[in-house]
Amino acid sequence: MNPIPRRKLITTGLTLAAGASGLAAAATLARRYGLVPPDGSGLYGPGETLTYAAQRLLTRHALAREFSPAQISKPPFANPVRPLGDTFQRLQQAGFTDWRLQVGGMVAHPGSFSLAEIKSFPLSRQVTHLACEEGWSYIAEWTGVRLSHILHLSGALPQARYVVYRSIQSDWWESLDMEDALHPQTLVAHGMNGADMPVPFGGPLRLRVPRQLGYKSVKYITSLLVTDSLKGFGKGLGSASPEDGYAWYAGI
Amino acid sequence: MADSVWTPAAGTLTPAATASPPRHAFLVRVTHWITVLCFLALLLSGIEILISHPRFYWGEAGNVLSPPLFKIPIPASRSAVPTGYNFVLPDQNGWSRSLHFQSAWLAVLTGLLYFAGGTLQGHFRRNLIPRGADLSWGAISAVVASHLSFRSTGETGAYNVLQRLTYLTVVFVLFPFVIWTGLAVSPGIAAAFPPAVTLLGGQQSARTLHFFTTIALVLFFGIHVAMVALTGFRKRMAAMTTGGHSESNPPA
Repeated sequence: MNPIPRRKLITTGLTLAAGASGLAAAATLARRYGLVPPDGSGLYGPGETLTYAAQRLLTRHALAREFSPAQISKPPFANPVRPLGDTFQRLQQAGFTDWRLQVGGMVAHPGSFSLAEIKSFPLSRQVTHLACEEGWSYIAEWTGVRLSHILHLSGALPQARYVVYRSIQSDWWESLDMEDALHPQTLVAHGMNGADMPVPFGGPLRLRVPRQLGYKSVKYITSLLVTDSLKGFGKGLGSASPEDGYAWYAGI
Repeated sequence: MADSVWTPAAGTLTPAATASPPRHAFLVRVTHWITVLCFLALLLSGIEILISHPRFYWGEAGNVLSPPLFKIPIPASRSAVPTGYNFVLPDQNGWSRSLHFQSAWLAVLTGLLYFAGGTLQGHFRRNLIPRGADLSWGAISAVVASHLSFRSTGETGAYNVLQRLTYLTVVFVLFPFVIWTGLAVSPGIAAAFPPAVTLLGGQQSARTLHFFTTIALVLFFGIHVAMVALTGFRKRMAAMTTGGHSESNPPA
């Protein structure tokens, strides 16, 4: 065995140094341009950051594929949810007439909208694919108002970076960056396959984010909160999902 | 990096002069072991993800209410999947998904390095692309026959035509295809590059093809490790780790 040749040692050293400084420069750039997700630290931070940054650079304006009505899955499937509690039962018995969506945080006009008001807003319709992280999926027609419409009505401030949304199930809350929040296919959906949103599918109100996995499409939403930082929410990882080990950005 | 892989086969084994080149180039050794690490992590996490829904479909959408293409007869880690077993496996999807994507990133970056370096160093031309004369059916069947009779293939230090074709298939067909089918399952990628999905027949088809490609890679992995064991495990491991030297590989 001969010792490692000096030239190889130098080339290897230079390559490693170039690689390390390249990574450091990439990390700085990623932070400056908002390409680091709120759960971008820790053991799997590099992978989450690479995925989020790559998709933000490559897919920022992409539209989720739309399908023909003939491709709608019959019947669709909904994962069972835990019992929704007394408050939900009471609202359901009253036909959800008292269901309200609170809007707060960095908005000029905080307040709330009734279900009837939301249904009177301009209707958006899409036939898109909903994929669960488990591996199954279905195609359905979703109707509702664009989240961007509600954000404009409420006067979201220019420094807004994220929209946090909560469900009547207190442990299921999520957030989106402004790219996804203002995306034309992100809906506050109240209808599915030509009828009111069925309760197993999130009725009366479900956020619909067709460019991300199903767990971002939170069922039974009750509030929107516009913010410039996710630090004060839960453990500061962006949503409940990373606290359970799931990625905040679910575009993959 | 001018170090070659090993003396181009000259038909006979010529005793190396003073310092013979390593059997495997530095780049090949490093990328090989990183790829092994990634492959095992991807396989383990892939199995964990699979057991949350051990059913496969063809087309765009599929769930427990649609007919599967086939089912894997194992219990699932989610209670909503009918498996015929009356118990549910522990659910490990969270970290498994993170590990899967982080390993995939590392594997892809390592693959790019291997491809760039291998091209510059002539690794593919010298070691993997079969020599013209070896591509006849007669030459190939001779190698197959000697394998089947467990006779030596008259090793010259260079890969035989069967090894070359196998490695080329793994590097240029199976790895790219497993990456493509994996990306096609991502909702963000499906939105940005629809043909990546439609060419495969839909998102559930992509998931099914991702599984089949994994089976092919696992078969390769099993045969590869078995061949290494049969032809001198310690010597082969040393050659892939420290480089070894071509003269230390007499015809086995």
